[in-house]
Amino acid sequence: MLQRLSHLLGTESLSHEQILFLLDQAKPFQEFQRYPLKKLATLRGKTVAIAFFESSTRTRISFTTAAARLGADTMALQAESSSLKKGESLIDTVRTLEAMRPDGIVIRHPSSGAPAFVAERLEIPVLNAGDGTHEHPTQALLDALTIRDRKGKLEEWNITILGDILHSRVARSNIHLLSKFDTRITLGGPAMWVPRELEKMAPNLRVTHRIEDALEGADVVMVLRVQTERIHEPSLAADEYIAGYQLTPARLRLARPDALVLHPGPIVRGLEIDSAVADGPQSGVLEQVTNGLAVRMALLYHLIGGAPTDAPHPAKDRSNAAD
Amino acid sequence: MRVVEKRQLLSAVEISRTLQRLAHEIVEKSSGTKDLALIGVRRRGVTLAERLAKLIRDFSQVDVPVGTLDIALYRDDLSTISSHPLLQGTEINFPVDDRDLVIVDDVLFTGRTIRAAINGLFDLGRPRRIRLCVLIDRGHRELPIEASFIGRTVQTTDTEVIEVRLQEMDSEERVMLVDRVD
Repeated sequence: MLQRLSHLLGTESLSHEQILFLLDQAKPFQEFQRYPLKKLATLRGKTVAIAFFESSTRTRISFTTAAARLGADTMALQAESSSLKKGESLIDTVRTLEAMRPDGIVIRHPSSGAPAFVAERLEIPVLNAGDGTHEHPTQALLDALTIRDRKGKLEEWNITILGDILHSRVARSNIHLLSKFDTRITLGGPAMWVPRELEKMAPNLRVTHRIEDALEGADVVMVLRVQTERIHEPSLAADEYIAGYQLTPARLRLARPDALVLHPGPIVRGLEIDSAVADGPQSGVLEQVTNGLAVRMALLYHLIGGAPTDAPHPAKDRSNAAD
Repeated sequence: MRVVEKRQLLSAVEISRTLQRLAHEIVEKSSGTKDLALIGVRRRGVTLAERLAKLIRDFSQVDVPVGTLDIALYRDDLSTISSHPLLQGTEINFPVDDRDLVIVDDVLFTGRTIRAAINGLFDLGRPRRIRLCVLIDRGHRELPIEASFIGRTVQTTDTEVIEVRLQEMDSEERVMLVDRVD
């Protein structure tokens, strides 16, 4: 019996079955993105608070569009992270949100754990759109969906994640998700961004600081961007990074011939990835965006909605109503 | 809560004969099969639509396309049920514009499922016409919806339920009238 989700805070706590369920439920929404009329009344009358305390364009637009296509209204809350004091302001924000009574909240916050903090205090579903360096579960789900669609299955692949793993919530969510399936994960990048300790995150996970070693035999290559806003210590100069770790067509040839290249976006062309690779036939970057919409619609559909109480369906006894 | 069978409405042979008759009616009452397409609703409607298409192919050598419609996203009770129904997906691999569509379902009851199906089809395009074919019409309409092709009309009470069992999914073939007993 699949345990029903009340929140989506991360992929670490999702079971193998829950992940498959979410990927399967995203499929109809993939189809939906091709309809001429992309507007449902499914969540009509529901309000989704889109609370972003960290700048983001793509994820915010993706969630807002997902809610709108389901017929829900959105409340956009944006706060400058520089004016936030940790803890105290979040409580005030939670109280404000509560007063506005949304039916669900999508939250992105610079502090790891902020969505869990909110989830403990509000009785509405909370979706984590990225918290600090902790998790970005919808990204991992859309990445998994893209892998499954392009490669036919999610199991038995060699998956390489390249870049600044230490500061990447995308990497963490992907590692938690993919390690629940039969995959071999390689983390590649400069030593200060890919410490050996990361090997403890999952079995079948290895760290390497040589890009050639990271790419050899890879079936999927996930390229992370260099997150300059997260780095507080002196970092690598851009040209050193490019020389050591940029994914070029030549380096991509070290991977399997049909290796899939993914990137969470936004791409910094010429830094972590060469344009030819980003735009090439092995790139799944555009499908990731479409799949992001589908995954977010599936999550909003299943998490938000339904009666506030567990009141039985008024027409429950009529089995000739829709299954 | 148990179900108690009251009587059998259609045997396997009767289901087969009924579908034969419906297949012929659909073709006769369509101005040519050129733009005709069948749309099966949820699970049993799909099986019935596929069978009808096969029957039509057998006697007229025409391949009428069949689409599958998942109405979960279009239900009118989503804000009152505690968890959303599983999505099974809509698969209609042909354009819906200007088509002569026949929605196929097993039982017509309140009409709400069909209202949702019509909404779903309009999201895909603008059909020329939509009609409805059902195996059983059990009355108790709550919306102004009617079927053009009906297998059998049955009077029922509110607590009674029509159970349609089809070989492909239930390993048996019959239609029963059952009562819900608490």
